[in-house]
Amino acid sequence: MSTPALEIQDLHKSFGKTEVIRGASLSVVAGERLALIGPNGAGKSTLFNLVSGRLPATKGQVLLRGQPISGLAPQQIQRLGLARSFQITNLFPTLSVFENIRCSVLWQMGYRYNLFLFLSRLTAVNQRADEWVQRLGLQARRDVPAGQLTYAEQRALELGVTCASGAPVVLLDEPTAGMSRAETEYFIPLIREITQGKTLLVVEHDMDVVFGLADRVAVLVRGEVIACDVPEVVRANPKVQESYLGSALGASLQK
Amino acid sequence: MAARMRTLCWGGFGLLLIIAPLLFRSSLAHTVLSQMGIAIIACLSYNLLFGQGGMLSFGHAMFTGLGAYATIHALNAVGAGSLPIPVSLLPLVGGMVGLLSAALMGWLPTKTAGTTFAMITLGLGELVWAASLMFPGVFGGEAGIPGNRVTGARPFGISFGPQIQLYYLIAAYVLACTALLYLFTRTPLGRMLNAVRDNPERAAFVGYNPQVVRYIAFVVAGFFAGVAGGLAALNFEIVTTEVLSMERSGAYLLFVFLGGSAVFFGPVLGGVLMVLAFVWLSALSQAWLLYLGLLFIWMVMAAPGGLAGVLVQNMRAWTQGQWPRLKWSYLWLVLTVPPALAGVATLIEMLYHLQLNAEFDPVLTFARMPLDTSHAATWLGVSGFAVVALGLLAMAWRRFAAQWLQAQADMRLRSGDSL
Repeated sequence: MSTPALEIQDLHKSFGKTEVIRGASLSVVAGERLALIGPNGAGKSTLFNLVSGRLPATKGQVLLRGQPISGLAPQQIQRLGLARSFQITNLFPTLSVFENIRCSVLWQMGYRYNLFLFLSRLTAVNQRADEWVQRLGLQARRDVPAGQLTYAEQRALELGVTCASGAPVVLLDEPTAGMSRAETEYFIPLIREITQGKTLLVVEHDMDVVFGLADRVAVLVRGEVIACDVPEVVRANPKVQESYLGSALGASLQK
Repeated sequence: MAARMRTLCWGGFGLLLIIAPLLFRSSLAHTVLSQMGIAIIACLSYNLLFGQGGMLSFGHAMFTGLGAYATIHALNAVGAGSLPIPVSLLPLVGGMVGLLSAALMGWLPTKTAGTTFAMITLGLGELVWAASLMFPGVFGGEAGIPGNRVTGARPFGISFGPQIQLYYLIAAYVLACTALLYLFTRTPLGRMLNAVRDNPERAAFVGYNPQVVRYIAFVVAGFFAGVAGGLAALNFEIVTTEVLSMERSGAYLLFVFLGGSAVFFGPVLGGVLMVLAFVWLSALSQAWLLYLGLLFIWMVMAAPGGLAGVLVQNMRAWTQGQWPRLKWSYLWLVLTVPPALAGVATLIEMLYHLQLNAEFDPVLTFARMPLDTSHAATWLGVSGFAVVALGLLAMAWRRFAAQWLQAQADMRLRSGDSL
């Protein structure tokens, strides 16, 4: 068996006396799309923050393609090939759409902290950034500051800034949060298209998105992964149904 | 089109630097112009932190000041024959010392850009200033360290004795530093500095360590600040501990803000304003700091983009055809601002006169008007005038603000359409 793209081993996180993540373990196979679901407050976003280095874990290990990344800074984890998006849009608001994407492309193309080259001369960088603007369908808004985009456009750019860095492992935190149904329907194929060939771990509330996108589904309840399998099996799992009992999510699971 | 516009702007800037001393020919004017050039470099270097990087520094005088001291010591070494460097290159010595001290002190404050950064730079600035008082051998104590710039080799007979020669040296530095700082904004690091200002967390998640980005910018800003300090040392031929003071650091912040921190050339205007205020306004009135404070407060509230922001927004309104509807509001402002300013200024001047000079002569002559500060009637009359004038200004301002907001909204809509 090949090394998993991302492996979470017995991860713990406490805020004061409250333990939010209690020994979560999860293994994401290279190239698969794994959806992480769970009731509100289960710790999905916290788990993402632990994996991506936004928060330090109290205990446990995270392996990115076999390499331990616990305790590293976000930028170090990013450079090792893990990119993430945010549930609450997290862009460079005064920079244009194009500049936002370009910032994401620069490091991986080797320009780093360079102050002796002109951006306008970096043809390969600019070409790649423009390709991404096009893929996101934002070419008409290329030079508009990110802060002035509509919400749906910002969500698309959020996705673009995450993926344009070329990282092979991508974490998406509720990519369709706050979107209308029509916008979501347009958005899912876009996610599918631009994460092609990448390993994807996605937190999502919308069950249509989950079942439309994911190869496997993991269920996080009270800081523990209680099930991880193909959607049909997870749906039939009595433990999962129990934890969702009485919620709207539960109803959609039982459909 | 944009490229031609840029060539035009830089050409104009260079031309202005060349012909300015020909337009204003007195030796006082040449001193003032020299100071403006120095202030321009200092303000641009400050804005690399403040406007480009979102770092509110309260200690920028450290680097201009240390640069100045390094240069004056180097100048004296040249005079003593122990340092074979032409005087024209001495500001670079200041720059190197500014760079090294920024490199030494920069890592700690640049960890964050917020309040912590502001507080640490404040502390470091105070530290350096206190140290300057403790080591009179290096910093010259209260008397300062004097120097003589007419020394060393004289290529083409240039001795820098006459102010005009020094002015052109400063002008050359201004052009070079402005160009270099502008080019910096167009490099990968320059862009990432903006990204870190906007959102340091996201910058980390695209692979950049925000602290490293800020630190490099801090060091670069230290270099240019040191150059400005070095030029100041050559200009005044004396450096006193005042150059390291808190007031100096505060002045950079104040005038960069007044000039406009969001636009590249804003600090250039800020530098010009700074010298105008220090040289001209301070000679005009004892209450100049009060006027400056009022202007600053008004600017923060009404035009946070500074002078450059006001210019840029008006240019945009002009090119998008919004001026016809704004012109009456502007006319009203032009008519109501002078009387309101005159009213308020008269009151302030009378108060100052009463406090400071009334024992000698109760009559203040303001704008050729004799005003007897010992008579209640004068106070009533002036107050009444000021209140009416301010009322009219408030009405005109309200009208202008409403139309301005409307024009801004229309422009945003239209730019949305055209895209």
